[in-house]
Amino acid sequence: MSIKVKIVSPEKVLFAHDADMAVMPGAEGDIAAMPEHAPLMLTLRGGVVDIYEGDAVAHRFFVAGGFADIAPSHCTILADRATKLEDLSVDDAEARLAGLEKSYEEADKMNVPALDILMDKMQSARAEIEAAQSAIPGMSL
Amino acid sequence: MASLKDLRARIGSVKSTRKITSAMKMVAAAKLRRAETRAAAARPYADAMRRMLAEVARSVAGEGGQPALLTGTGQDKVHLLVPMSSDRGLAGAFNSNINRTTRNLVLKLQAEGKTVKILPVGRKTYDFLSRDFSDLIIGHRHLAAGKEIPFSAAAELGEQISSLLEKGEFDVCTLVYNRFRNVMTQTPTEMQLIPLALPENDNADSAQVAAYEFEPDEGALLSSLLPRNLQVQIYATMLETAAGENGARMTAMDNATRNAGKAIDRLTLKYNRTRQTNITNELIEIISGAQAV
Repeated sequence: MSIKVKIVSPEKVLFAHDADMAVMPGAEGDIAAMPEHAPLMLTLRGGVVDIYEGDAVAHRFFVAGGFADIAPSHCTILADRATKLEDLSVDDAEARLAGLEKSYEEADKMNVPALDILMDKMQSARAEIEAAQSAIPGMSL
Repeated sequence: MASLKDLRARIGSVKSTRKITSAMKMVAAAKLRRAETRAAAARPYADAMRRMLAEVARSVAGEGGQPALLTGTGQDKVHLLVPMSSDRGLAGAFNSNINRTTRNLVLKLQAEGKTVKILPVGRKTYDFLSRDFSDLIIGHRHLAAGKEIPFSAAAELGEQISSLLEKGEFDVCTLVYNRFRNVMTQTPTEMQLIPLALPENDNADSAQVAAYEFEPDEGALLSSLLPRNLQVQIYATMLETAAGENGARMTAMDNATRNAGKAIDRLTLKYNRTRQTNITNELIEIISGAQAV
C-alpha cells in the first residue's frame, strides 16, 4: 500500500513517485500523509518534507511555503520554491535572512498584513538555514 | 534598364538577406522547442492549483465576505488592461495583433463611459500604446528579452496587480495575450483576471471521496491561494507568449526566406537575359562592322 507523492513548483515537477509516507511542515504543525488519509488541504510553512519508503527516509526536500492536497491515494505538494536538501546553501539563506530582517526593521509597524508576510518569509529563511546545516555531510539521510 | 553590375549587387544583397532570415528561422525553431518544454513543465502546478482552488471555492460558495481577488470590488467602472506582447519584433503580426485588440478594447470601454488604465507587459506593446494612450499607462514591464522567463517575473506582476486592487485603483482586470494554438496560429485573447472566472471542478474522483477538510479554515486558505493563482495564471500566459512569439517568428521568417528565394530567381533570370542581349548586341555590331569594310 503506497501513495503517489508529487512535489511541484511553479516551474516544474520536482518529484513524482510512490512512497509509504510523506511528512510535511503544515502551517499549524507537521502532518504526515499516509495511504487512506482523509482528504485534507493545508497551507505549508517553510521546512523540510521527508519522504519515507518503508521505515527509512528516502528523499528530503526543502519547501519555502506552499500548499498541499492530501487524499487517500495521492499527496500533491505545491511548493512556492522547492530544493533537494543537499543542494541548499547556508550562505544564500543567511544572506536572504539578513535582507529580510533589515526590511522588517524598516517596515511600517502598523501595516500588519505586510509584517505577517515578512514574518513568514523570515521563518522560511530560518528553516532553510537549519535544513541546509542538517544536510552537511556526516549526517545520515 | 539596370546594368549587369547593378543586378549582380542586388542578387548579392537578397542572398545575404535570405541567409539572415533562414538563420533567424532556425534560432526561433530551437527557442520554440525550449519554450514549449517549459510550458509543459509548468502545467502540473497550474492544474493542481486549479483543482485546489475549485475545491475550496466550492465549499465557501454562497458565504459573504469573500476576497476581492475572487469577487472583484462589486463595481464595473475602472478597467485595468494588461496587454502582453514580446520584447522583440520581426515576428509577423504577433505584436500588432495584441496592439490592435488592446486599442479596440480601450476605445470600446471608453465609449461605454468607463475609465481605462493600462499596464503593458513587453516592450512592443508599451512602445505602441504610449503613442496613443500615454496618459492611461500606469506603469510597464518588460519580459526578459530573449532569456527564459523566471517565475519571479510573474510573481512580481501578480503582486503589483493585487496591491493595486487593494488600493481600489481598479474594479476589473483583463489580460490581453496571444493564445498559442499551434506554431502557425496565435489568437489574441482577452482573459478576465479579476473578478476571477472560477474554474470548473475537474477533480475526477471528487464525487466519490468524502468532503475535504481544510487547515487553516476555508477562508484563510482561499485568501492565500488566490494571489498565488493569479501569479500562476500570469506565468502561464507569459510562457505562452514566449512560445507564440517564437512560433510566429518562425513562420514569418520561413515566408521571408521563401520570398527571398523567389526574388533571387527573378533577378537571376533578368540578369541572364540582360547578359544575352548585351552579347547579341555586340555580335550585331561586329558583324555589321565587318560587312561595311
